[in-house]
Amino acid sequence: MAEKHGQRTHVGRSLTKNDSLALATAQERFTADYPLDNPLHCAILYSPHAHAEITSLDTEEAQVLPGVVDILSYKNVPRILHTSAGQGYPEPSPYDAVLFDNRLRYVGDRVALVAAETVDIAREALQKIRVEYNVLEPLLDRRRAMDDGVPRLHGGEDHVKIPVAYEPEKNLAAEVQIAFGDLDEGFSQAEFIEEQDYSLPAASHCAMEPHAALAYIDERGRLVIVSTTQVPFHARRIVSKLIELPLHWIRVIKPRIGGGFGGKQEVILEPLVGLVAWGNQRPARLVLSRREVFVSTRTRHAADLHMKIGAAKDGSITGLQMDCLLDAGGYATHSLTVLSNVGAKVLPLFNKIENISFHGRSVYTNLPVSGAYRGYGATQGYFAFNQQIDAVARWAAQDMVEFCKRWHIREGETSGVFKALGEGKEGVSQVVHSCALSQCLDRGARAIEWKKKRGKQIRVGEDKVKGVGLAVAMQGSGIPLIDMAAASMKMNENGSFNLHIGATDIGTGSDTVLAQIAAEVLKVPIEKIVVLSSDTDLTPFDVGAYASSTTYVSGQAVKACAGKIADQILETAAALLETKQENLVIESESVRDLKTKQTISYEEIATSATYNRDQYQIQAQASYTCEESPPPFIAQFAEVDVDTKTGRIEVVRFVSAADCGQPINPVLAEGQIEGAVVNGISYALWEEYRYDADGRMTNPRFWDYKIFTARDTPEIQTILIPTEEPSGPFGAKSIGEVAINGPAPAIANAIYDAVGVRIRDLPITPEKVWRGLCNIEHTEASASGSGEAETGRASSP
Amino acid sequence: MTGSLHINGTELQTSFRGNELLLDVLRNLGCTEVKEGCREGACGSCLVLLDGVLVNSCQVLAASALGREITTVKGLGSFHEPHPIQEAFVETGAVQCGFCTPGMVLATFALLKKNPKPEEAEIRHALDGNLCRCTGYVKIIEAVKMAAERMARHG
Repeated sequence: MAEKHGQRTHVGRSLTKNDSLALATAQERFTADYPLDNPLHCAILYSPHAHAEITSLDTEEAQVLPGVVDILSYKNVPRILHTSAGQGYPEPSPYDAVLFDNRLRYVGDRVALVAAETVDIAREALQKIRVEYNVLEPLLDRRRAMDDGVPRLHGGEDHVKIPVAYEPEKNLAAEVQIAFGDLDEGFSQAEFIEEQDYSLPAASHCAMEPHAALAYIDERGRLVIVSTTQVPFHARRIVSKLIELPLHWIRVIKPRIGGGFGGKQEVILEPLVGLVAWGNQRPARLVLSRREVFVSTRTRHAADLHMKIGAAKDGSITGLQMDCLLDAGGYATHSLTVLSNVGAKVLPLFNKIENISFHGRSVYTNLPVSGAYRGYGATQGYFAFNQQIDAVARWAAQDMVEFCKRWHIREGETSGVFKALGEGKEGVSQVVHSCALSQCLDRGARAIEWKKKRGKQIRVGEDKVKGVGLAVAMQGSGIPLIDMAAASMKMNENGSFNLHIGATDIGTGSDTVLAQIAAEVLKVPIEKIVVLSSDTDLTPFDVGAYASSTTYVSGQAVKACAGKIADQILETAAALLETKQENLVIESESVRDLKTKQTISYEEIATSATYNRDQYQIQAQASYTCEESPPPFIAQFAEVDVDTKTGRIEVVRFVSAADCGQPINPVLAEGQIEGAVVNGISYALWEEYRYDADGRMTNPRFWDYKIFTARDTPEIQTILIPTEEPSGPFGAKSIGEVAINGPAPAIANAIYDAVGVRIRDLPITPEKVWRGLCNIEHTEASASGSGEAETGRASSP
Repeated sequence: MTGSLHINGTELQTSFRGNELLLDVLRNLGCTEVKEGCREGACGSCLVLLDGVLVNSCQVLAASALGREITTVKGLGSFHEPHPIQEAFVETGAVQCGFCTPGMVLATFALLKKNPKPEEAEIRHALDGNLCRCTGYVKIIEAVKMAAERMARHG
């Protein structure tokens, strides 16, 4: 095979993204930029109540408004149970939703849709729909969701169960429980116990492009949907089910996508424009406003975590208990799998802990729907985990960097958690083949000047004190034995190639990364590889952009596909050069005979194959399903200045040192880390869904839901420490998600380092820090004295 | 109302309602390079230059732009003849999803026109009205620096 020879020339290079010039000059199109011929414009009426039944819905007045063409509601749309989660089939999320229901489960749940000749008419018509509600008592407190006497959101016959713990009669959307060893015994051996509660709010992905979808009928009467999706193939499947149209009558096209971060791993708008376009045999268009994105799409799961860690005198961890309560919101999309990941992506990291229990529940509430969000549960888990580890290391008087090095999983090692906990079901056993977390810790510590600053409480100015904090994390690379990706490729007579992939570039640069992988196999500049991705008619299947899977899973499909093309090129060259294939190697856009030193160019080979001799199309396809999910690792360090008078926190520097295997494109890999870091810092300090007493979001706008700008962003340093992952394409793992896990706990640990205040609930506001500073003695006393207290929430191991 | 809009050097006769936003009128005219990210002046995706002044086109009535020079990102450079700022965004990896990029490029253009050699703090200040969720701003700031250097060198 070609790649045995010579050094890598196309991977490991920071080539510019193959769509970036077209994007920078605004030549590229996003969903809302597509022109449609005489479309119907859609607008949606949302529930003003967190929990209600529609007792009457009168659309007569709206219907007669000139320009109104169609109105959809529970009265005329088939009641088909489904989940909007864009996951593999069957989805590990309960089928608890219908497109339009007469029962409403959060402020922002869909009541009706109007399709009209203009957006203004559609919106005016919404005002004319008369709805009477029987307002029900809402359930807004997840901690009470399973109590007796609280409102129930789902149940009866109105859901399709998945074969896991799901009890809508108790508002239980999902439950996961695993245990190893003997936790009681572990805790009884402990000399120190850190037992604390942590809390994280819901958050918005804030992809700059709001969700949008278009649909039209093509020349042969098929339905075409263009949408802001991370999962075009799942979208096609779910639309097919919901509008009762055969799958092959539907084509889903993903154009450029303005960011996803999990928010577009949901099939929300596609069935709606599909219904309107199909029903009226006219194009339809639906573009959400920012407010609609906030209230009616998806959020990060708000979470409460209860963690207990026991340690012996030398700092050895004798037991670890993690309990987690996730807020599903009104529907349970991704609830089981995010919940699983709280444990599955966190607990294997310190694999030497023998006594472990993890118990998680995800519960319904009458709040906006939670779903996939970069980090996918690991972010929630690591917020608690890293603060616990900081506390234990401090108690044992050990440096946290050294402490993490002692406990983290290493090459050649495994964790029982890999097998016990997968994506909503049992996982897949695996051994870690690449891990440079210790080097990440060392390099990151040097970059942040850990030894000079840690524990020194350096004063900067009159009232400010400096602190540094650390967090470690891992993620996965795809979902083993579930995620499938495919690629097809053909060679043109001038020696160029077309690469067709189902993989979904949502701004990550995967079109470029995958072209680099093909280029490496074929020794051809990526400019000669024309990439077409994510069109359900033209490209083969891929699960889509989620679970940190694209480079690792889709990359292997591309590599295998390009390898088959290389074989055909060599075979054709052997015939032309009248030699044996084993004498030939692929070099820069040509084939060389190692014996005769003769070379023949790709153009000559392809021209011959196309036109002259034993003609055939040089082409291939390949599929790939990963058998394991090698974790990328990261060590992240925050340096903060805390104002002791006001509690104001300034993150002044943030360092990430990451092992993502071989970065196929280092600048793009850095970009993934930098984006995740700033999103993570913004979440740590500012971001949260705020609700009024009736469950209505009070801050659904960027003026009130503030995210970091360039001016707020501290100095960011990113260090890539390459390892060679044997199961990955050219040694690659993943990098899309892992870097969002560390900012919040690293900042919390840094604040503690500076002023001794522990903030266990996000966001970390100046007020919370200030209150902590006021109560500092009390805080210290309770932290060290809580060891004996049992909360009664522990699951039995 | 009717009138002419001067967009990137081309005069276009158009009609619109008195309360229509410049953002909507531009997009309806096919200038889809002007992006809508929030519609309330908070994200900078819809920035244009109005007589050389940076404005969020969602905060401007189209009527008030009549007879004035409107420059969108397409007025700075094209795929075949990109502006040095656009090239710098490409080369530094400052373009991820690219949705904020037209606004970022225009904000950079406005900055460098006023201040050809900005300090990093001045760059961060100038981009404060532009949200980006993909890049963490690191490579965008690099791009602005690179563009400033090149434009200073080549006048």
